[in-house]
Amino acid sequence: MSAEAHSPKRWNEKRKESLSGYLFISPFFILFAIFGLFPMLFSFYLGFQRWNGLGEMEFVGFQNFVFVMEDPIFWKSLWNTIIMGVLGTVPQLIVAIFLAFALNSALVKFQSAFRAAFFLPYVTSTVAVAIIFGVMFSSQDFGLVNVFFNVIGLDSVNWQTNEWGVKIAIAVMVFWRWLGYNTIIYLAGMQGIPNDLYEAATIDGATVWQKIRFITIPMLRPIIIFTIFLSTIGSLQLFTEPLIFLGGNLREEGITVVLYLWREAFSNMAFGTASASAIILFLIIIVFATVNSLLANKVFK
Amino acid sequence: MSKVISKISLYAVLVIGALLSIFPFYWMFVMATNHNSVINSVPPAYLPGPELVTNFQNVLSNIDFFGAIGNSIIVATISTIGVLFLCSLAGFAFAKYHFKGKNLLFGLLLITMMVPPQLGLIPQYYIITQLGWLNDLKAVIVPGLIDAFGIFWMRQYISSNVPDELLDSAKIDGCSRIRVYWNIAVPIILPAFATLAIIKFMYMWNDFLWPLVVLRDESVHTIQIALRGLIDAYVKDNGMILSGTFWATIPLVLIFLLFNRLFISSLTQGAVKS
Repeated sequence: MSAEAHSPKRWNEKRKESLSGYLFISPFFILFAIFGLFPMLFSFYLGFQRWNGLGEMEFVGFQNFVFVMEDPIFWKSLWNTIIMGVLGTVPQLIVAIFLAFALNSALVKFQSAFRAAFFLPYVTSTVAVAIIFGVMFSSQDFGLVNVFFNVIGLDSVNWQTNEWGVKIAIAVMVFWRWLGYNTIIYLAGMQGIPNDLYEAATIDGATVWQKIRFITIPMLRPIIIFTIFLSTIGSLQLFTEPLIFLGGNLREEGITVVLYLWREAFSNMAFGTASASAIILFLIIIVFATVNSLLANKVFK
Repeated sequence: MSKVISKISLYAVLVIGALLSIFPFYWMFVMATNHNSVINSVPPAYLPGPELVTNFQNVLSNIDFFGAIGNSIIVATISTIGVLFLCSLAGFAFAKYHFKGKNLLFGLLLITMMVPPQLGLIPQYYIITQLGWLNDLKAVIVPGLIDAFGIFWMRQYISSNVPDELLDSAKIDGCSRIRVYWNIAVPIILPAFATLAIIKFMYMWNDFLWPLVVLRDESVHTIQIALRGLIDAYVKDNGMILSGTFWATIPLVLIFLLFNRLFISSLTQGAVKS
């Protein structure tokens, strides 16, 4: 440090700089403290209280957590969430890699038109997606999917009440809305892969599948891990699609963890158990994220 | 020969993918223009019908469609502008100034980015009721101003695009710090503004859970909440429901088609870079 750094003027300048720093970040951090940080921390307090949102809070220890963990509907909601998540995202990410590979091929014309078409579903709101597909997956014989089923000789399905029907319908909504988004992300990654690699593979007589398996997927590894991570966290927060598809009565076939939490809070006015289930959801997400990154590191090595 | 086959199968995959992406929009339009009795028959309508206007009139008699669109525009616009300002200001400080606890505060932000929003849902609701903001658009706008990703994004962009020399020379010329931010940094980071604005606006426009919790009264419904009202309407009229959905979806789709390159790069870039 030079001697100048210790001069009063320089010191003054430094103080002014840090003052401005605090000043510039304070509007955000004040709001963040009130509406972001405090609520997160306060949840951990509420999880241990019995409270209907209006009256006095009463400390009940771990009772809320015990209640949630012993509630078969909670476990049902967790199971549903995981199944719908797997059905909606695993095929989606796999198809997205193939679509992106096709789109990235040097032969393709109209690339930007295809990109726009694939991306269009993502611009649609989740509510709109759930309404459109909800009508397509109507349980009646005139529902589009059932009409198709009847044409190919299958029986109509009660999509809104059938255990797997509900899950498949919701998984299709997730698949449709996010497929193009992930395709474009993979495409962006693929455009960074040098073309010589593919050319060399072609000369060596590699098939398309071999190129994807041995060039594309290893090169895309960080991006694939990232999309798996995002999709996992996103599916654990599934809420809008089942709520719109099943309506307010929330049949058990389609209840998800966030729906469970929402119902505890805003229909049952049990804010304590709702907070407890929010904390449990948070822990589940941490577990999944950790397992995810561990697995991803192993599988893609 | 094999080259021709692979070219054909390549296009087949892409065309099928594109058709599957677009078909629900076409079908939504078919439903929005047909009478419920035509929709609810076998085989169902597969071509646009004559009920475009009637179905939309039925929407208007069930929900305050334009009021809800207006609410969505207010909520999304104000929170987007607010986020651009707050996040660029804070991101500027994080990128260019030295102050104690800077790394700690920034680290705190990164951690909360990982926390699912549902964790704070109930206390947030409690705060809103205590402030008396239930059924007030403020209840969605003000919490919407918090965007940890926005700060992260702005800090990255400012660090790599706004040269220190430029800021120093402006300071020597006697510019105050806030003017350095406004006159020097902001014009350089306008592209980052566009990206963040698209991400934020889309998020606020499509958000459902939080508005559902705090905007109960019909007069403050955003369009997403109002659409849900259509499903719960007394008579289940699919033509009417899909008409409302169609007209609520089309504005954003048209804007997207006009600026699709900017939209696609913004919405995916934001995800990839973080």
